[in-house]
Amino acid sequence: MLGTIANRQLLSPGSLRDALRMLDVEGPLVPMAGCTDLYVALNFGTLHGTKFLNLWGLDELRRIAVRDDVLSIGALCTYTGIIRSRIVQSRLPMLVAAAREVGGVQIQNRGTIGGNIANASPAGDTLPVLAAADAVVAVKSAAGERRIRLAEFYTGYRTSVLAANELIVGVEIPRIRGRQWFRKVGTRAAQSISKVVMAAVDGGRGPGGQRRAPRIAIGSVAPTVVRLPRTEAALASGASIDDAQGILLDEIAPIDDVRSTAEYRRRVAANLLANFWSGRRRG
Amino acid sequence: MQFTLNGKRVRLDVHPMTRLLDALREPCGLTGTKEGCGEGECGACTVLVDRIPVNACLVPLAQVAGARVTTIEGLGGRHPLQRAFVEHGGAQCGICTPGMILAAVALGPRPSLKTIKMGLAGNICRCTGYSAIYRSVERAGVHARNHR
Repeated sequence: MLGTIANRQLLSPGSLRDALRMLDVEGPLVPMAGCTDLYVALNFGTLHGTKFLNLWGLDELRRIAVRDDVLSIGALCTYTGIIRSRIVQSRLPMLVAAAREVGGVQIQNRGTIGGNIANASPAGDTLPVLAAADAVVAVKSAAGERRIRLAEFYTGYRTSVLAANELIVGVEIPRIRGRQWFRKVGTRAAQSISKVVMAAVDGGRGPGGQRRAPRIAIGSVAPTVVRLPRTEAALASGASIDDAQGILLDEIAPIDDVRSTAEYRRRVAANLLANFWSGRRRG
Repeated sequence: MQFTLNGKRVRLDVHPMTRLLDALREPCGLTGTKEGCGEGECGACTVLVDRIPVNACLVPLAQVAGARVTTIEGLGGRHPLQRAFVEHGGAQCGICTPGMILAAVALGPRPSLKTIKMGLAGNICRCTGYSAIYRSVERAGVHARNHR
């Protein structure tokens, strides 16, 4: 291991209220949940921060519930918890599909949805799902709470609107109408970080029979996860899939990196759009 | 820091951010748990925490306070999975073997081949090509039945 823990301090709050107080008066603190990202950085000697906040014991952040037709998933829910939740299976199957492809079971048993959001990786597997689902991130601090649309949460590569004294406490997902779709393309089903990852909802039909606009989000092709509003609008107005693919290619900005090339990602992103759209119900 | 290790209460006076892997191998002296990649990719350091497989290289010791930790030493050398790995060529160089066996323990008795493949997807082996490992886990169910 290249990193060292000798000069670091760990605070273990007994409750969420304790944790928020510590963030307020003892900060800056690095919140620590399942450690599936933080301890990789520790191993490589790239972990920043000297004071850490151990959230793992805060069971109040592990709840999954539906209130007023909104699905609420606590920040500490693990991928395994999501996969096994009947509520998530029935309301948000595309999140279950994404959770199944995160790491292997050891990572699924420890990694949390709050951590995936906070880590702010453009390749985060659950983020396109949350973006396509119009999810809202619930954030608390000692001063109060606020709710931020996932689409407005990220400000750039690995940066977000989260303040230093704020903690992600959960994510809220309104009821989704229509078919849900998820696809991750990587080197292997388990353990690989995505080359391209897409989630989409086709919207179904409204009460008058009119088709609702699809909602499409994509990861690993820009500094943050992105929604594709122009592609969505084109498909909603009856554009051909060829035209929609052209618009999608204008809306993404992939790069060459260790996992893939920009050209491959552009091709795969366009193919995924066609794959999603060809599976919708006709008529 | 207190937890239960292979059925015995232990108390360690080390930094709470110590990796569970290092705590097991050094102060506890249980070197059956191997370090492969150190980044949660290979599964060589798999142990069970409250019967759930985790990568010990990514777990701070503070997060197992009060928990039950099981390592390969806790299976005692006579577990049906250990016998099956020996008899069916599931182990070659041996580095992945403790982690493979503990991940397989968590699958319960008589898992299907599909369940085995999914359950061991986070454990990498560079020797066997996996077939012998899958066969060992499948055959362990038979050993377990004869063992009773």
